[in-house]
Amino acid sequence: MGQIISSYGWLLARAMGQTCLLALLGLFFGSIIGLVFGILGVLQNRVCRAIEVVFVDIIRGIPMMVLAMFVFFGIPYGVKNILGVSSFTLNALQAGTICLALNSGAYMAEIIRAGIQSVDRGQMEAARSLGLPYWRAMQRVVLPQAVRTMIPTIVNQFIITLKDTSILSVIGFPELVNTGKNVVANTFMSLQTWFIVAVMYLIIILILSKLAKLLERRLSYDR
Amino acid sequence: MFKPFEYTDDNGDFVGIDVDLLAAIAEDQGFTYDLNSVGWDSAIAACQAGQADGMIAGASITDERRASGWIFSDGYYQATQCMTVAADSDIAGFGDLAGKTVAVKTGTQGAAYAESLKDEYGFDIVYMDDSPTMYQTVTGGQAVACFEDTPIMAASIKSGDLPLRIVEGSENEGAPYGFAVFSADEQELIDLFNAGLKSIRENGVYDEILAAYLG
Repeated sequence: MGQIISSYGWLLARAMGQTCLLALLGLFFGSIIGLVFGILGVLQNRVCRAIEVVFVDIIRGIPMMVLAMFVFFGIPYGVKNILGVSSFTLNALQAGTICLALNSGAYMAEIIRAGIQSVDRGQMEAARSLGLPYWRAMQRVVLPQAVRTMIPTIVNQFIITLKDTSILSVIGFPELVNTGKNVVANTFMSLQTWFIVAVMYLIIILILSKLAKLLERRLSYDR
Repeated sequence: MFKPFEYTDDNGDFVGIDVDLLAAIAEDQGFTYDLNSVGWDSAIAACQAGQADGMIAGASITDERRASGWIFSDGYYQATQCMTVAADSDIAGFGDLAGKTVAVKTGTQGAAYAESLKDEYGFDIVYMDDSPTMYQTVTGGQAVACFEDTPIMAASIKSGDLPLRIVEGSENEGAPYGFAVFSADEQELIDLFNAGLKSIRENGVYDEILAAYLG
């Protein structure tokens, strides 16, 4: 084990950084996608709701490894052959971010939709009958209550997304699993390498969980 | 999957140079075995954990692997590695790789070759799990070049009609592939393998197997 750390410690530490970078980018864009589609899912307009359902069904219905192949190879292929832009390519970080954002976005959309719908309908009706416009009622009355129920599930989704970055090792992104495979291939020390990789994931996820707990405490104002 | 060393053919049979060599050696030495295709990463772990007695997976014999306690047989295959680019690429040599991305396959001699050139020529390396994905990164333009064993690259370009081209003068010295075991208790298996390998080399079976896959 010491041998791996002394020869490959720096490489693995950098891979840990790459995992964090990919997870942060994926979560940032995933949250935006989730928010947009989650709100589409609760709107009165039937077309908006249909868009949310179709998006969520497609993304949730495709394993992320397959999605990664489509994004990494398929998008540049499509741009080249359909749009005719020959110089377009996606690197592994860009493709990985798109995959993670789409995937976590779909799950986040459902969490947000469910969170908003879990607030009793009477809350909205009461706010409206007091003369608040729809969006104002949503913002001031419904969302604050919804967010509190959503937080633990969203944190859970964040952790899942962080671990899902490992799937992007298949498109050659140098995150922890991709780098771990390399270290195993060079040293043939499988168990030791994966132990180090597991500890590194654990560290990242524990930090994320602690931060999430802080956030949760700040948002639950009624406690 | 590591064509043409081990892969599933059109009939769904598990075949390849490694598979056929092992079968011929076992027949010659009169031992039986179970062969499981578990993939590169799992094969290493399975040997380490004692779930498998040995692995034959186009694994290069390197000092670094030996230092981790692995025991290798005599080399059963030796090939040079080369750089391959898209058929219409302008890249004529390593000097054109500066700032570009190059694809390699995890754990291969091609990867080691690329790593040895990386700093001198200033390119980035991405590590893929299998050959088809690696070739696709080059045909798709996500990487400008890949590194592969020369005979395999030549055979794949021919059989798959790939729009790729081997860069002239990009070959290295090459390194041997060996059958590997993790525990000293398996020394007997290594001895059997070496004896069988020697005998199929002498009786021509070895050449037949290689010819069947590499043409």
